[in-house]
Amino acid sequence: MQVTLKIFRFNPEQDRKPHYETYPVEAEPTDRVLDLLEYVKGHLDGSLSFRRSCAHGVCGSDAMRINGRNRLACKVLVKDLGSKKITVEPLLGMRVIKDMIVDMEPFFEHYRSVQPYLINNDPPPRQERLQSPEQRERFDDTTKCILCAACTTSCPSFWANEQYVGPAAIVNAHRFIFDSRDQGAAERLKILNDQFGVFRCHTIFNCTEACPRDIQITQAIGEVKKAIATGRID
Amino acid sequence: MKIHQHDVLVVGAGGAGLMAALYASKTANTAVLSKLYPTRSHTGAAQGGVGAALGNLEEDHPEWHTYDSVKGSDYLGDQDAIEFMCNEAVQAVYELEHMGLPFSRTPEGKIDQRPFGGHTNNKTGKPVRRACFAADRTGHMILQTLYQACIKNKVNFFDEYQVVDLIMVNGATAGAVAIELATGEYHIFHAKAVIFATGGHGRIWEITSNAYAYTGDGVAVTLRRGIPAQDMEFFQFHPTGIYKLGILITEGVRGEGGVLVNDLGERFMGKYAPNVKDLASRDVVSRAMYLEMADGRGIKGEWYLYLDVRPEVVNQYAALDGRRRPDGAPYVTTAEELLHKLPDIIDFCRTYLGVDPMTQPMPVQPTAHYAMGGIPTNKFGQVTIDENWTVLPGMYAAGEVACVSIHGANRLGTNSLLDLIVFGKHAGLNAAEFANGAVLQPLPSDAADFARAQFAALLDNSGAENAMDIAMEMKKVMMEQVGVFRTEVGMCTALEKVRELQERFRHVRIGDRGKVFNTELLTIWELGNLLELAEVTAASALARQESRGAHAREDFPKRDDVNWMKHTMAWKRDGEIELRYKPVIKTKYEPKERVY
Repeated sequence: MQVTLKIFRFNPEQDRKPHYETYPVEAEPTDRVLDLLEYVKGHLDGSLSFRRSCAHGVCGSDAMRINGRNRLACKVLVKDLGSKKITVEPLLGMRVIKDMIVDMEPFFEHYRSVQPYLINNDPPPRQERLQSPEQRERFDDTTKCILCAACTTSCPSFWANEQYVGPAAIVNAHRFIFDSRDQGAAERLKILNDQFGVFRCHTIFNCTEACPRDIQITQAIGEVKKAIATGRID
Repeated sequence: MKIHQHDVLVVGAGGAGLMAALYASKTANTAVLSKLYPTRSHTGAAQGGVGAALGNLEEDHPEWHTYDSVKGSDYLGDQDAIEFMCNEAVQAVYELEHMGLPFSRTPEGKIDQRPFGGHTNNKTGKPVRRACFAADRTGHMILQTLYQACIKNKVNFFDEYQVVDLIMVNGATAGAVAIELATGEYHIFHAKAVIFATGGHGRIWEITSNAYAYTGDGVAVTLRRGIPAQDMEFFQFHPTGIYKLGILITEGVRGEGGVLVNDLGERFMGKYAPNVKDLASRDVVSRAMYLEMADGRGIKGEWYLYLDVRPEVVNQYAALDGRRRPDGAPYVTTAEELLHKLPDIIDFCRTYLGVDPMTQPMPVQPTAHYAMGGIPTNKFGQVTIDENWTVLPGMYAAGEVACVSIHGANRLGTNSLLDLIVFGKHAGLNAAEFANGAVLQPLPSDAADFARAQFAALLDNSGAENAMDIAMEMKKVMMEQVGVFRTEVGMCTALEKVRELQERFRHVRIGDRGKVFNTELLTIWELGNLLELAEVTAASALARQESRGAHAREDFPKRDDVNWMKHTMAWKRDGEIELRYKPVIKTKYEPKERVY
């Protein structure tokens, strides 16, 4: 089948303003959108720029807007889109550097701000720290995050103010706050109780819909809010 | 051009690079540069587990792990290094747990373990639970945990910098040259010690589980600087890639009881590996699959087979095999348990195939997966530059890019993640120790010129060749002729074709002349790397007149320990490949026939 790709283009060395280019491409219904972008780059316009690596939805490189929704280009197939017109644009709320490549640095800065690492000041035992399957299950969902930024850049609160720490950072804080081995919850909850913290979330659910890993992000944010409100982690 | 100075420079930020950086940065000023954001690295795609004889569920010993790995390597692994790795494994896994890695847990709260191909109880020969896992995203969790630990320890990162050259002065290491993707500028990283942890090169083949980034940059850069590449003919084809796409379906599926089935509905592995069947090592299973498909027993006669993990099928074969739980009860699983242990692969099948593995079998075919060969190192992570183990001062390599050799002719599943953490750590420690006792070599005034010349040649040619076409032709010929089974005629064809493609590559067309994220230029440079390594792979394979591990020749079907129990060392000098050989280090394991 033939599909029409309409792609956002911006080359900082040539363009004053972004524009769109349209490319007709032959596609199989089972092709990934990433395959089509690779085809355009390989055969129609080599300057088309986007990040990609694993090509099967685990590395988080190729989050972009596809027909208006944040997706991984490698995890959405042509047939899933239900349309022969495919519009590809960079993530919203980030500075566009070139085509689909956006400046990820502010995103990672938010991530780093929530102390996304295990804090446990007790000397470790000789073997593993014990953790029951139930304790492990408590934070299982938020360990799946691949830091693709699809959630944060789908969030109207983040669009309104990019100082908002954003869903991805909260997901990664959640992953440690609810880990029975961790001792840094109080400090993280303090950080997230800031004016640009968790209460900027207005439960719009865009993040949950955008997540390519099916993480229940809004629920995780709700659990963090509750922990701040009650002072209890359970 | 910007010049940076550090004691230790780590190139690559996957499992090995991050582990090296964590350890080097404890005592030395360390920087990490990577062409990807660290969390994009291919370690994150590893699924099934990391091998360590913790014995959490049943009796196990590092000695058994060592023997299994030696046997798995088809006696090409260096036995002292394998023993070192398997002994270090237990502590290394505990260390990951202490860093926060969310392993799946046993009912007692210990790290959970599952069976994996080639890992056995050495007394009974039956599969042993040795793979420590976090569901089916163990690599993702290792990568995340190490990156988190690096943030905690304030490791210095240069993200999205492409290494393009190694700087050597007076026979010692002086740093590396990199291009900053965002600006196209050259940067000199002047360092006392350099650790290459740049990963593998599976993008040479048409069907591969490997990321786009897996273009063999590390081996290509060192090869151009006169450092040999070791054992390049040994490249692992993982038995279960998703049909046509090559996406990895973890061996953990078979660890949980999944079976391979042909068009007759026959669980055929019993014919090829009567003891462990579907849990034979990967080279054995991939060959069995090829033979089944070549005999017309692929599904509907096509070039794929079924991997069946439907609970009723798992339970049927578990009963036939007499498989038991650790507590002695018969092994009976449910869809719920499988969904919990294998969520990602079930998601992949639903997304890419529209197949639900709980109710339908998965179409699979062998997929190019892992480089056993690479930059030669000793077990301290030091790069060695000839067949006499001569060390290049200040130069280290770890992870898939390195050939220690612990994997020999065939790597066991779970030993790659183990390799990353054990040898990443020791390369980091040893590089820092070296740097703390060394002075910076003086930087040559023309440090970036060699790399600049390569890129200038790419940009200046006025050719009409299309890079993507060249890449496709390389992948196709390597898949057909230097794949699971090989013949002299086929490999000669491949070598000739690759050399023709190298010539055409000199006339490749580049549209993008810009500096900011010129991903076209960098992708084409990467293709040049792949072509170099494809040539070395084919030439090394052609010369080895035996079958061993992943190198299976139809014209030399037997292993030949008298003439070929030795490592290949390949140089490229003045456009010609030169091959020499280095004996395998044998300690206590005499080679014997390999039966599973």
